Amino acid sequence: MTSPSPDLDLSPTIGDEVRKTTCYMCACRCGINVHLKEGVVKYIEGNRDHPVNQGVLCAKGSAGIKQHTAPSRLRAPMRRVGPRGSNQFVEITWEEALQTAVDWLAPIRREDPKKLAFFTGRDQSQSFTSFWAQNFGTPNYAAHGGFCSVNMAAAGIYTMGGAFWEFGQPDWDRTKMFVLFGVAEDHDSNPIKIGIGKLKARGARVVGVNPIRSGYNAVADDWIGITPGTDGLLILALIHELLKAGRVDFDYLARWTNAPLLLDADGLFLRDDDGKTLVRDKATGDLVPFDQAGVTPDLGAQVTLDGHLHTTAFQAMVERYLDPQYAPEAVADRCGVSADQIKRLAADLAHVAFDQAIEIKQSWTDFRGETHTTMVGRPVSMHAMRGISAHANGFQTARALHILQILLGTVEVPGGFRFKPPYPKPVEAHPAPHCKSEPDCTLNGPHLGFPRGPEDLALDENGNPARIDKAFSWENPMSVHGLMHMVISNAHAGDPYKIDTLFFYMANMAWNSSMNTSAVIEMLTDVDKDTGDYVIPKIIYSDSYSSEMVAYADLILPDTTYLERHDCISLLDRPICEAEAAADAIRWPVVEPDRDVRGFQSTLVDLGTRLSLPGFTNPDGSAKYRDYGDYMVKHERRPGIGPLMGFRGNGDAVGRGAPNPDQLDRYIENGGFFVHHVPQEAQFYKPWNQAYQNWAVDLGLYDNPQPYLFNIYSEHMRRFQRAAEGHGDHQPPDHLRDRLKTVLDPLPFWYEPDGSSDPTEYPIHALTQRPMAMYHSWGSQNAWLRQIHGDNPLYIPQQVWDEHGFQDGDWAEVTSPHGTITVPVALQAALNGQTVWTWNAIGKRKGTWGLDTGAPEATKGFLLNHLIHELLPPKGDGLRWANSDPITGQAAWFDLRVKIEKVAAPLGHASQPQFPTLARS
Amino acid sequence: MTTLPPPSTKKLGLVIDLDTCVGCHACVVACKGWNDQGYGAPLADVDPYGSEPWGTFLNRVHSYEVTPDDGGAAQTVHFPKSCLHCEDAPCVTVCPTGASYKRAEDGIVLVNEDHCIGCGLCAWACPYGAREMDPTAKVMKKCTLCVDRIYNENLPEEDRQPACVRTCPAGARHFGDLGDPESDVSRLVADRGGMDLMPEQGTRPVNQYLPPRLKDQGGGCAPMVPMGDAKPTGFLAWLDKALDAMPGGPS
Amino acid sequence: MHPAPSVILFTTLSGLGFGMLFWLGLGFPSVTGWVAFIFFAIAYLLSVGGLIASTTHLGHPERAWRAFSQWRSSWLSREGCAAVAALLLMALHGAGLVFIGTHWGLAGALGALLSLATVFTTSMIYTQLKSVPRWNQPSTPVLFLSLSLGGGALLTGQIPAAALLLAVAGTTQLWHWHTGDSALASSGTTAETATGLGTIGKVRHMAPPHTGPNYLLKEMVHVVARKHAQKLRVIGFTTMIALPLLLLILFPASHGLAAIAILTHLTGVLTTRWLFFAEAEHVVGIYYGAR
Ligand SMILES: Nc1nc2c(c(=O)[nH]1)N[C@H]1C(S)=C(S)[C@@H](COP(=O)(O)OP(=O)(O)OC[C@H]3O[C@@H](n4cnc5c(=O)[nH]c(N)nc54)[C@H](O)[C@@H]3O)O[C@H]1N2
Ligand SMILES: Nc1nc2c(c(=O)[nH]1)N[C@H]1C(S)=C(S)[C@@H](COP(=O)(O)OP(=O)(O)OC[C@H]3O[C@@H](n4cnc5c(=O)[nH]c(N)nc54)[C@H](O)[C@@H]3O)O[C@H]1N2
Ligand code: SF4
Ligand code: SF4
Ligand code: SF4
Ligand code: SF4
Ligand code: SF4
Ligand SMILES: [Mo]
Repeated sequence: MTSPSPDLDLSPTIGDEVRKTTCYMCACRCGINVHLKEGVVKYIEGNRDHPVNQGVLCAKGSAGIKQHTAPSRLRAPMRRVGPRGSNQFVEITWEEALQTAVDWLAPIRREDPKKLAFFTGRDQSQSFTSFWAQNFGTPNYAAHGGFCSVNMAAAGIYTMGGAFWEFGQPDWDRTKMFVLFGVAEDHDSNPIKIGIGKLKARGARVVGVNPIRSGYNAVADDWIGITPGTDGLLILALIHELLKAGRVDFDYLARWTNAPLLLDADGLFLRDDDGKTLVRDKATGDLVPFDQAGVTPDLGAQVTLDGHLHTTAFQAMVERYLDPQYAPEAVADRCGVSADQIKRLAADLAHVAFDQAIEIKQSWTDFRGETHTTMVGRPVSMHAMRGISAHANGFQTARALHILQILLGTVEVPGGFRFKPPYPKPVEAHPAPHCKSEPDCTLNGPHLGFPRGPEDLALDENGNPARIDKAFSWENPMSVHGLMHMVISNAHAGDPYKIDTLFFYMANMAWNSSMNTSAVIEMLTDVDKDTGDYVIPKIIYSDSYSSEMVAYADLILPDTTYLERHDCISLLDRPICEAEAAADAIRWPVVEPDRDVRGFQSTLVDLGTRLSLPGFTNPDGSAKYRDYGDYMVKHERRPGIGPLMGFRGNGDAVGRGAPNPDQLDRYIENGGFFVHHVPQEAQFYKPWNQAYQNWAVDLGLYDNPQPYLFNIYSEHMRRFQRAAEGHGDHQPPDHLRDRLKTVLDPLPFWYEPDGSSDPTEYPIHALTQRPMAMYHSWGSQNAWLRQIHGDNPLYIPQQVWDEHGFQDGDWAEVTSPHGTITVPVALQAALNGQTVWTWNAIGKRKGTWGLDTGAPEATKGFLLNHLIHELLPPKGDGLRWANSDPITGQAAWFDLRVKIEKVAAPLGHASQPQFPTLARS
Repeated sequence: MTTLPPPSTKKLGLVIDLDTCVGCHACVVACKGWNDQGYGAPLADVDPYGSEPWGTFLNRVHSYEVTPDDGGAAQTVHFPKSCLHCEDAPCVTVCPTGASYKRAEDGIVLVNEDHCIGCGLCAWACPYGAREMDPTAKVMKKCTLCVDRIYNENLPEEDRQPACVRTCPAGARHFGDLGDPESDVSRLVADRGGMDLMPEQGTRPVNQYLPPRLKDQGGGCAPMVPMGDAKPTGFLAWLDKALDAMPGGPS
Repeated sequence: MHPAPSVILFTTLSGLGFGMLFWLGLGFPSVTGWVAFIFFAIAYLLSVGGLIASTTHLGHPERAWRAFSQWRSSWLSREGCAAVAALLLMALHGAGLVFIGTHWGLAGALGALLSLATVFTTSMIYTQLKSVPRWNQPSTPVLFLSLSLGGGALLTGQIPAAALLLAVAGTTQLWHWHTGDSALASSGTTAETATGLGTIGKVRHMAPPHTGPNYLLKEMVHVVARKHAQKLRVIGFTTMIALPLLLLILFPASHGLAAIAILTHLTGVLTTRWLFFAEAEHVVGIYYGAR
C-alpha cells in the first residue's frame, strides 16, 4: 500500500492587501511590499519596481515582521522616576510629555538657545531635523556622520564634488575591474550586492583590499590582506607606479581637473580679476580662465609672472609622488603586501583603464562648449568605506584614493565610478557652516557645511569653539558632519560651555555608538556636588525600542516602528538616487500603531508649533503643519522646491512646482517612490556635461549650472595650512599649529594613524565588521536575526592562534592602553596576520532590548568599544589628543591596537566586563 | 509515496553559485518568512527572546575556509544549504508513513505534514542536514522548493520562483529545470563545472553548486616598465616622454 | 547521534523481548499453563514495552498506524509490520500453550521467524543509513540479532545457547567497534566532498550558520569524549558479555546467578546501546565542523 501524492494547494493567496512602502531595517531604504491579512502584517518582500533593490531584500529586510512585533517596542511616553540609569520610568500621556518638553525648551530658546544640544543618529530626516534645530536657534545640531564615515564624505566632496558612501556607485554594467577598499557591508547594502552579482555573472574581476576575507572580500577574485591603517601607502605606491610608467589619463587631467591650474607663491591658485582660476592654453600659450571656450589647458605650463615662476598643480603632484619614498618596495612591509603584488595591481589598473577602454556612441557637450561625439570609458571602478575612513589618517587616504581614480580617468565615465544625484555638487554649491545663535531667534543659516577656509570656522568672537561638539574649530577644521561622539563628554566637562538639555534621537549613545562606553555612562549619570543636579541637567530621547540609551534619559518620546509612520527619503537629504536617475520615496503608516506612540518627526512638528518656532507656525500663531505627512507635502525649502520631487503642482510637475495636496496619495499609488531619469546625453561626465547641468537646474538640485574641476590639489586645505603657517587674520592656537601644518597638506600623504600606543606592547590591530544580517544594536531584538548572530567570537589569525596555543572554545583577555575585555575566540586563517576582529554591536547590556537577562548577547556577546577611548593616551606633552582624524574629527574606531593573552573561561562563560542589569522599566 | 517514482524528466532544483554568494543570509530569512506563513505549519521559534533561542530554518548559510594545497592564501567560502531534492532520496525511502515523498511530475521532495508521525528517520537518512523536525508542530520540515510559489497563479509570473532565489541580492541562487539540458540552469552547470555535494553518498542531488573561480591569480599583467629616468625633478622631461608614449598623443 | 532514552530502551527491551519470543516460539523451554504465561508475559512486557517506548519519541503517535503502510521501501515500516505480525502470531501460539497446553509448532516456528525478522528490521533501520557510517556496516544486524537471541536465550534459560550466542555477540561487538571507529574515515565523506571544495584545498569549518543550536545539532551532533567512551565500552562489554558468560560457564545450573547474569547483561546492553547512538557520527556533523 502506498499513499498517493496529496493534493497540494499550489496557488495559495498570501494576504488580502499589499501596501508598498520603504524598508527601514537599515539605511539602505529598499522598497517593500507589505502583505496584510485582515490588517495584520503577514509577509514582507522586495518591491521589484523600486530603484534601490529591484525586488531583492536582505536578511534584515525580510525579518521586518519580527521587528514590528518585537516585545522591546516602547509603549508610551515615559518620565524617569528612579535615578538616571536605573531604567525606572512611569508611562505618561503625550500631553504631559509634550508639555514637559516645552517647559524645558521654551526658556532655553528665550534665553540662550545654544543650551539645547540636539543630535540625531540613524535617522534619515536630517533636512527636517536640522530645519527644526535652525528654527530653534541652537548651533548645536548634527547627525551621526562624525563618528560614522565623514572622512569618506568630506574627502569625496572636497576632491571631486561627490563621494562613495551611498552618493555614488560603480558603473556595474560596464566596469571590468572593481577594487573594493575596506568595505564589509556599507549603506548601499543591496545595490552593492546586486552590483557584485552583475560583475560575477559577467566574469568581471573583483579585487578586495581588506585585512579580513569575508563577505564581499570572500568572493573577490584577488584578496589583498592589507595591514590596517596603511591603505594610504598602498594607494600612493600605486600612483607612484603609474606616474613612473607615464600611465595616467593626461587628457582627462587637463580637461576636468585642477591639475593644469597654475599656483602662486602662496600655494594658492592664480586668479584673474573675476576670481577665475587660470590655466595656460596650449594652443595660444595665453593665460586664460579655466572654463574659457576652446581652451586646451597645459598640464606642463610654467609661467613667469613678476619674476616668479608659476607651475601647475600637476607638477607639484608628480614631483611628490615620483619620490622613492612612495616606491612599492618602500611601503611593502608596512602594508603587509608584497612590492610585486602592488606593481602588478598598478599594471592591471592601467591595463584595464587604458588598453581595455570602452566607448559609448553618445555625443555630449562640455561646459566649455565643446561637443564630443562619444563617451570614452575607463572600465576600472572603485569603492571604499569605513576601512579607509575610520582611521585618523582616513581623510588623506580617501583623498589619495580619489586621486588614483582621477589619474586613471575613471570618475564619471562609462565603466568607472558614477555620482548619483544630487551629486556631483562642488564644495562651492554647499553652504558654509553657520553658528550664530541669539535668544528667541532662528540660527543665521544651516549648521553644517563645507568651510572654504579659516574664515568659515564655527568660532565665537574670542576664537573659541561655538559649538558644543567643537566642530569646525581648529581641532578639526573640516568636520563637515559635526562630532556627535564628543557631545556627551564636552557637555559633561562644560567645555566649551555648559548646556542645559541634551536631546538625542535614534542613537544608542550609552552603548555601541560611543567609545569608552562605561565612562560615557558615568558622565550621563554624574551629579554636580554643589547643586545636587545632574551635570548634564536634562536628557530627552526618542527611540522606538528598549535600547541601553533609554535608561539614561529623563523624558522618553517613543517613536513608532517603520511601518507605522510617515517618513520622507528626500533629495534634500540622503536620497535614494541611482546614477541614471533621481529618486525619492516615502514611508507611510501601512498599519496603525497598537501602542500610544507617535512618529518622532510628527512629535517634532508638534513641539515646533508649541514652541512657536517660525518655521512651524503661521503669523497668527496657528500650526503650519498638522503632522510630518503634512510637512512633507506643504513645506517649501525654496519656492516650489519641497521635500518630495514627484507629483508636484497639478501632479505632473517634477522637482519644481507648487505643493500638491494629493502628493502622498500619488506616491502611494506609485509604490511609495518616484523616479526621474537622467537623459542619455547627461549620463556621464556630469560635472562638466551641459545637458546634465541643465537637467539638474530644471529639477531644482541647484539654481544655475555648477560646472567645476576636480581638486587633485586642495586649495581649501592649503588655506587652512597657510593659516597654520602664520598667514592671515584667522589663526589657530599655537599648540595645534604644527599638527595643522602637517596634516592639512593640499596633496595627500600618509601618516601613522595612531602614534600613541606602543606597537611592541600592543602589536595587534583590532577591528569590527558589520554583519550583513544585523543592523547595529537593533537586530538583536529580532527573533529571527538573533538566531543568526546571537553572540560574537573574536576572530584570530593563524599565526597569533598558534603562538598563543589557542583551541576551539578558548577565551582571551584583550588589552588596549585603555582597558581590558575577556572574550571567546575563534580561528580565521583568511585574515591579515596582525589583525583580530569581531562583529559590531552584537554585545548587549543585560535587561535591554526586551531580552531575558540570560540572553547570549548579554552574557557571551561583547563590544570592542570598551577598549577604545575618545582621547588618545597621554603623550607627555600635557595634552590629550582626540582619537580622531585631525582634519574632520572622524572617530578613529579602527586605529585600535591591542595585546592578547589566553585565559581560562570566565565564570559562567560570560564575557568581561559585565555591567549591572538594567532593571526593566 | 515512499517508494521513489520513476525518474521524472523535469527535475526542478537550485543552482548555487559559491563564487558569488557573499554570505548575507538574505535567502535564509526570506525562506523563513515565506514558509512561516505558507506551506504547512509555521516554522517554530523556541525561546525567541530568551537565553537559547532556536528554531526551524529550511535553509542555512555556513562559512568554510579553504587553504590551497600550494600554500596560497586561505579563502573564505559562504555556503548556503537547503534540500537538494535528490534523485535517489534516502529520506523518502526510509519514511514509514509515506509522508515523505518525491513528486513524480517535477522531482520535488516534500513532506505531507498531515501524515507525518514525526519519527525523525528521514532527517537521519539525509546526509546533508536538510530536514529539521519542527519543535512546535512536531512534524518534519524541509525546503519545499517553494512549491506554493513556483506554480502559484495568484502570483505574477515573474514571482513564480522560490523566495530565496527571488531575494538573493547577489544573484547567487538560480532556479530551474535541471532535467532539461537546454535550460539556463543546466547551461550554467555545464559552463561553470557544477558539482554534487557528497557524491559518494549516492543520493544524486538535483541541486548543483558552482565552485568558486580560481582566486588570487592577479589580472595577468607584469609590472609596468618605468619611463627612462622618471625622477621627482625633471618634470617637463617626464611629461614630454609620457605624452609621446600615449597613443593618439593627447593634449 | 543523540542517545535518546526512548530509542535506547526500545532497541534494548524489544530486542530482548523478541529474542525471548523466538525461543518460546521454537518451544524452548517447553512450557505450558502458568509457567508459559509468565514467560510470555515477560516477553510481551519487554517487546511491547520497547515498542511503546519507541512511540514516545514520535511527534505524532496518534498517527502511528500510518507507519504500517510503507513496507515496500521502509525498514521502519517493515519493522512495525513484522512486530505486529510476530506479536499476533506469538499471541496465538502463547494462548495455545497457556490455555489449552498445545504447542502449535507451525505458528510457533513462524512466530519465531517473525520475531527474528523484527529484530533484523530494527537493525536495518540503522544499518541502512549511509549517513551514519558507524551503523552502515554488516556487523550491525549481526550484533542486534546475536544480542537479541543471546539475551532471549538467557531469559528463557537456554544456557548453552546463551553462552554460545553471547560469545558471538561479544565478538561481533568488538568487530562493530573496530570497524565503526574507522567507518567515518573510510566512508569517503569528508569536509572536502561535503562542500565540493576539495579541489581547491583543505576545508575547515569557520563559522556556524546560526550561533544558536538547531534540531540537527541537538539530534545528530553528539560528541562523546574519547576517554569517556573507552571507559563505557569496558563497562558495557564486561556487564553485557564477560560477566554473564563467566557466570554461565562457572555456575550453569544456578537460577539465582542466572538472574544476576540477566541483570548485568541488561545493564550491559543498555550501556553499549547508549554508545551505539552516542558514538555514531552523522555525516551532517561535517557541515558543522564537529569532529
Ligand atoms: N566598535 C565599533 N563601534 C561603532 C562602530 C564600529 O564600526 N565599531 N560603528 C560606528 C558607526 S559608523 C555608527 S553609525 C554607530 C551607530 O550607532 P547608532 O547610531 O547608535 O546605531 P544603533 O545601534 O542602530 O542605534 C540607534 C538607536 O535607534 C533606535 N531606533 C531604531 N529604529 C528607530 C526608529 O524608527 N525611531 C527611533 N526614534 N529610534 C529608532 C534603536 O533602537 C537604537 O537605540 O556606531 C558606531 N560604533
Ligand atoms: N547590515 C548592516 N549594514 C550596515 C550597517 C549595519 O550595522 N549592518 N551599518 C551602516 C553604517 S552606519 C555604516 S557607517 C556602513 C559602514 O559600512 P562598512 O564601511 O562596510 O563598515 P564596517 O563593517 O565597519 O567595515 C569596515 C571594513 O573595513 C575593513 N577595514 C578596517 N580597517 C581597514 C583598513 O585599514 N584598510 C582596509 N582596506 N580595510 C579596513 C574591515 O575589515 C571591514 O571589512 O554600513 C551601513 N550598513
Ligand atoms: S538593505 Fe535590507 S534592511 Fe536595508 S533597507 Fe534594504 S532590505 Fe531593508
Ligand atoms: S542570499 Fe544569496 S548571497 Fe546571500 S547568503 Fe543567500 S545565496 Fe548567498
Ligand atoms: S537533500 Fe536530504 S532531504 Fe533533500 S532529498 Fe536529499 S536526502 Fe532528502
Ligand atoms: S518524520 Fe515524518 S516524514 Fe520523516 S520519516 Fe518520519 S513520518 Fe516520514
Ligand atoms: S526554495 Fe523555498 S523552501 Fe527551499 S530554501 Fe528556498 S525559500 Fe526555502
Ligand atoms: Mo555609520
